[in-house]
Amino acid sequence: MVNFGYTTLPTHIHDMDKADLGLADSISFEDSSFNLCIACGSCTSTCTAGAFTNFSFRQMCHQIKRGENSQAIAESEKCMLCGKCTLACPRNVNTRNIIRLVRKANQTI
Amino acid sequence: MSKTVAIIGGGIAGLETSIQLEKLGYDVTLYEKDKALGGHAGKWDRLFPNRRHATEVIDSLTSRIKDKVQINLAATVNQIKRENGSFLVEANGKSQKADAIVLTTGFELFPANKKEEYGYGIFENVITSAELESMFSSNGKPLMTNGNNPAKVAFIHCVGSRDEKVNRPYCSKVCCVTAVKQAIEVKEAIPTSDVYCFYMDLRMFGPGYEDLYKEAQVKGVNFIRGRLSETSEMEGGRVLIKAEDTLSSKPLKMTVDMVVLMVGMSPLPSTEKLLKDLEITPNNDGFVQVKDYHLEPTHTEADGVFVAGACTGPNNITDSVNAAHTAALEVHKYLTSE
Amino acid sequence: MNLHAVQIPFHPFVLPFTIGLIFLVFYIVGKWIYWVSQFSWEDKKKIIRGFFSLKTPQAIWEVFMESLLHRKVFRRNALLGYMHMSLAFGWFLLIVFGNLETRFFTHGRINPPYIPIFFEFFEHDLTSLDYGRFFTFTMDLLLLFVLSGVGLAYFKRFRSKPLGMKNTTKHSTIDRLALTALWLIFPLRLLAESVTAGLYDAGGFITNSIGTFMMTFLPIQHFYYPSWWAYSIALGAFFVFIPFTRYMHIPTEILLIFLRKYGIVEKAIHSTYTQVELSSCSRCGICIDACQLGSDLGIVSTQSTYLIKSIRYDQPTEKLIDSCMACTRCDQLCPVGIDIASIRANERKMIQLFQENSYKYINGYEYKKAKVAYFAGCMGHLTPSVYKATLALFKKAGVDYNFIDRDGSICCGRPLQLAGQEDAAKQLIEKNIKLIENCGATVLVTSCPICAKVFTDSYKLKIPIYHHSQYLLMLAKEKKLKFEKSDLQITYHDPCELGRGLGVYDEPRELLGMAGKLIESANSRENSLCCGGSLGITNISHEQRNTIASITLSELAADKADVVATACPLCKKTFKSASENVRIADISEIMLDAVQENANKIQSEFVQEKEIETIHN
Ligand SMILES: Cc1cc2nc3c(=O)[nH]c(=O)nc-3n(C[C@H](O)[C@H](O)[C@H](O)COP(=O)(O)OP(=O)(O)OC[C@H]3O[C@@H](n4cnc5c(N)ncnc54)[C@H](O)[C@@H]3O)c2cc1C
Ligand code: SF4
Ligand code: SF4
Ligand code: SF4
Ligand code: SF4
Ligand code: SF4
Repeated sequence: MVNFGYTTLPTHIHDMDKADLGLADSISFEDSSFNLCIACGSCTSTCTAGAFTNFSFRQMCHQIKRGENSQAIAESEKCMLCGKCTLACPRNVNTRNIIRLVRKANQTI
Repeated sequence: MSKTVAIIGGGIAGLETSIQLEKLGYDVTLYEKDKALGGHAGKWDRLFPNRRHATEVIDSLTSRIKDKVQINLAATVNQIKRENGSFLVEANGKSQKADAIVLTTGFELFPANKKEEYGYGIFENVITSAELESMFSSNGKPLMTNGNNPAKVAFIHCVGSRDEKVNRPYCSKVCCVTAVKQAIEVKEAIPTSDVYCFYMDLRMFGPGYEDLYKEAQVKGVNFIRGRLSETSEMEGGRVLIKAEDTLSSKPLKMTVDMVVLMVGMSPLPSTEKLLKDLEITPNNDGFVQVKDYHLEPTHTEADGVFVAGACTGPNNITDSVNAAHTAALEVHKYLTSE
Repeated sequence: MNLHAVQIPFHPFVLPFTIGLIFLVFYIVGKWIYWVSQFSWEDKKKIIRGFFSLKTPQAIWEVFMESLLHRKVFRRNALLGYMHMSLAFGWFLLIVFGNLETRFFTHGRINPPYIPIFFEFFEHDLTSLDYGRFFTFTMDLLLLFVLSGVGLAYFKRFRSKPLGMKNTTKHSTIDRLALTALWLIFPLRLLAESVTAGLYDAGGFITNSIGTFMMTFLPIQHFYYPSWWAYSIALGAFFVFIPFTRYMHIPTEILLIFLRKYGIVEKAIHSTYTQVELSSCSRCGICIDACQLGSDLGIVSTQSTYLIKSIRYDQPTEKLIDSCMACTRCDQLCPVGIDIASIRANERKMIQLFQENSYKYINGYEYKKAKVAYFAGCMGHLTPSVYKATLALFKKAGVDYNFIDRDGSICCGRPLQLAGQEDAAKQLIEKNIKLIENCGATVLVTSCPICAKVFTDSYKLKIPIYHHSQYLLMLAKEKKLKFEKSDLQITYHDPCELGRGLGVYDEPRELLGMAGKLIESANSRENSLCCGGSLGITNISHEQRNTIASITLSELAADKADVVATACPLCKKTFKSASENVRIADISEIMLDAVQENANKIQSEFVQEKEIETIHN
């Protein structure tokens, strides 16, 4: 196994050979707008919850795309479903629906 | 009898097409709805990539137009009809015959008040990149509404571009480099100022553009990777802006003296009417659909109708000039093959 | 047969009808007793108290108006109303008159129920008796009345457009059987009575003429017994089917009307009342037609009646529960008055997405101190021209206000409620109540109908709550604001949460009337369309929302109006994203333009638009 020297800090690298992308796949199957994010951060900076805590919708989606599912699911709980991000997103990502899908994944885990 | 070509729009593309067709021996009728030639470029102060004055370019073009070009100023073409293989072009209530048409109607600046959350038209000191150009032309520097020099200026990329919420999903190409150019100019005009560019991607696609980006970095322009989400007004006409600093994954707020919105290039709504007359369908973004993006970039679906410049989509002056050359040659081929 | 005989006449063909009727009566009475016994003690007390009050005669009146005359259906569509009315009221009159007739001719004897139903069989020729012609005539007329309804019902199955219905409900097998039985009852009655009338040269103007006519070419003496048997079987079968089909709605609606009159309402979770409501749905399909998901997007299997059906017979899927904008348009139109919105909301509550402590991170936050507190809400921060115009008007009126959530707020909780997350919403509501109480305000004004809705329904604040349109109207009435009317043509869009949600229809109109000329669109007030931006639904795309918004905008007769006025930041954003050709402005912006000293001055964003375009192009 070639490790490219990534042996010392396994928690600090994305090992995409081992990443669990099941959640990402199921979310993009349910709502393909999940794939459209261009990481502009509008959702995060407008976020009502983000004014009180370090919750970031953008980052949550990104974590799922890199297989960091449990972190993402734990984060998603902070969302208030207010819908502001939906209005801000330039790519029409269906943000509230994605939050609901992530929360539902929480139930099945 | 020599043949007549009608050119709709007297911007860069229209001027260059007129010059070339005149050289090829055609009678050219140039229509321009404004009182002056030059189009949008005529309103800019200095141009990227080399920051020469825009007037130099416009003057050079207008001086090369000779008397076989009939120039109609303040003449908006509002109808084009086909008649026995030629065209009837109507402007100011008068119709004139033409054997071929070149559409060089250009673009419209994205109306920035459509992004209400950015505060344009609502908060003082939220201006567009085009307004900043005028400030440079008239004052040599940006000024706040109270006459002061702005100490902190934020450039907001992609306003009315890459934004599905305003139905402009495409990239306007020139605004990244324009922002960088203007950021440098602000730094030069007001050396004590802090200048920030809020971008999603920096699209420096042309010759000398990346150099401008480097120059801006050297001059101390700050780049923040994040898109503006909302604005709010503070005392003294200052503006509070919010974006995420996506590179550090933290929301960011900043109070600035001036917000410059890098408005995109949008399809000109009045062109749509002409396209309908000529039975040409616009492309997905609303610009003129060319016949073949690779091989016939200045043809349209309609016989005898050619196109050049920003009415086919966002472009820069070089693109407009290149397209104008091609279009002139294609018109010549079309009129001689008959 | 001797009418005066003490012995009551009988024939075996009456058995199917009689057995069916006995079964049905027992079933309904049993079911009603069961339902009532299942109610909570509180509700039972309400029923008892209500029973001995004026509410009972009121309920009887309503049963008459709605279950028999179908007044609400009539209002929606006269032809559809007539269909329902002729079937229900016509049948009712047949029964009443049949009984009167029998009583009359049997000199007040108490008869078993089959006698009036099959009276013609037992007494062929009434015409020779006193008043006989009157009764036969009336009964024939009533039969014709009912048959016209049956005819319309056939017609509706095949072509429902003229009845104002774009969609009719889909049926299950047993429903179809019951429907067939119902459709056969009256034609068979006509046949049996005509045959009898033909054979005995009796009957009224219809049965007699049909009977005599049939005799000319048919051996109708052979039809005599079979036709009465068939009529009885159709009736009996229909009665037996009722409890297992949608026709259970006929008796249940009556119970529902009484219960509602006695003050029983939907609870925070499904209750026995829900059971009654579920069985009261007639599947008339009015809710299907009301729904923009169907008419605009072609989503035609998730409307209220389908939800009701699936809760009643099996388990609704998550998709079915989620696919609704919670616009409550159907809720307002349901002729039975089923609280569809609460039923769906309660279904949504069954999936808990958040935890008890989801929002524990909110602490140490304060709103600004204020006398008159202005609250823009989350969305309001994305429409700065709305709050700027509102506050400019407050300033002009000399209101001592503060923009309490200028630095942001926590969400009001309504979006979570709409998603069925009641417990999570409660966490936010509790925190928000404290924040609002701490700011010391005596009045709370918000620009967001979504906030206004939850503030009013769930906050129990001790201070009055206004939507900005209401508050600005008050200021105008107190002469603190003076407007100059222009000839601006305005259509007003009722936001769902403000209109149907809070019943605020008049204030915005009155206010706008001071600025210009108000044009009403075809669907306004209770019937107004949703803008498509609704927070009540998550599983449609932005493109689908745009489609709804464009259709709603064109319905708003936008081509006739200079401006479409909204009173909700979300509606404004949704409309603006869908169309560039229509001017859309919040009520506050329009009013700011109309303030006396501002009239003719360029103030609001949409007027500036033109200027800007001419400068830069
Ligand atoms: C803020 C900004 C800065 C820019 N800076 C640079 C730069 O520094 N360097 C560079 O290379 N490019 C720059 N560009 C791009 C440049 O402006 C365009 O490439 C160029 O203007 C395109 O020229 P055009 O003739 O195709 O269109 P336009 O400039 O739009 O000209 C079209 C003309 O047609 C006329 N017209 C339209 N319809 C009709 C009608 N029906 N009848 C009669 N007349 C009509 C219009 O009035 C207009 O004058 C910039 C763009 C922007 C938005
Ligand atoms: S819906 Fe959730 S993620 Fe989006 S802005 Fe509101 S709180 Fe933030
Ligand atoms: S606003 Fe949309 S595109 Fe931007 S980061 Fe959020 S989800 Fe992605
Ligand atoms: S050129 Fe740059 S600023 Fe302009 S639309 Fe493209 S990415 Fe945005
Ligand atoms: S819910 Fe109401 S409107 Fe819908 S089908 Fe049932 S009775 Fe008709
Ligand atoms: S509430 Fe609105 S969206 Fe939901 S079913 Fe009724 S009409 Fe359709």
